[in-house]
Amino acid sequence: MKAKVYVTLKPSVLDPQGKAIKHSVQLLGFDSVSDIRQGKYFEIAMNGSVTEETARDEATRLAHDVLSNPIIEDFRVEIEE
Amino acid sequence: MKFGVIVFPGSNCDHDAYHVISKHVGQPVDFIWHRDTDLSSYDAVIIPGGFSYGDYLRAGALARFSPVMNSVKAFAASGNLVLGICNGFQILCEAGLLPGALIRNRDLHFVCDHVSVRVENIDTPFTHELKAGSVLQMPIAHAEGNYVCDDATFAELQGQGRIIFRYCDRNGETTDAANPNGSRDNIAGICNRERNVLGLMPHPERACEDLLGSSDGREVFRSLAGTLAAAA
Repeated sequence: MKAKVYVTLKPSVLDPQGKAIKHSVQLLGFDSVSDIRQGKYFEIAMNGSVTEETARDEATRLAHDVLSNPIIEDFRVEIEE
Repeated sequence: MKFGVIVFPGSNCDHDAYHVISKHVGQPVDFIWHRDTDLSSYDAVIIPGGFSYGDYLRAGALARFSPVMNSVKAFAASGNLVLGICNGFQILCEAGLLPGALIRNRDLHFVCDHVSVRVENIDTPFTHELKAGSVLQMPIAHAEGNYVCDDATFAELQGQGRIIFRYCDRNGETTDAANPNGSRDNIAGICNRERNVLGLMPHPERACEDLLGSSDGREVFRSLAGTLAAAA
């Protein structure tokens, strides 16, 4: 089983990296792009024996305690068989 | 009075801090490896600058899980003095010992420069020998020094006089042009509610000799030593 964790800056927090990327993308002529926010993505391999519920709980705790800083970031967890 | 300088893998200002304590403060000082957990023989602990754990994940994020950090939390909770400089400030925020967070600089660059910093509050164990409103010259060297916090935290910091240092120009004006990293309200250093934990991005330990361009940082360490001497 695999847990996927997406960490993104909270909307209220300035993302200078995303802004710089957006600037370059718009220079290239991608006119439909209105905003880019940069985030982080983690793939976490779980022991085959764990239930989906346990995997989700563990990954959520891990995402909250380690992978993200709740002061500036939000996260989303997905579980994949 | 005895000082401890914590060393993480990737710390690189540990020797500067050690040098300042032994030479300019003239007190005994030890390096404390991040796996050690006994802080009982120390009166103050310095978390130095550098790139602990290569700044992986977020600056300071992995250092806070080092064994010594639980001891630092207990050390601080007992009222002992903890000074975090640069990466040390980032670690203290990640560990929850100071509020807010330090994110990527506004202009993305790693900024290595001499800056002016205004002393906002001298009512702390780290700044009582300084003059309120005085302007110190200190170096900065960081890519993640952009201090952010929510409005409630900011109001609390301001209301309780816990913003200790602000970036300013040579005349002491806290202008946007004098803000090197985009920090909220030009914040360069803050302390906790109890005032025994201070974090700042500028490097006072690298501003203790005229040969290095400034000796303004000495007063921070003199204040610290003075506090400990008065308590002894």
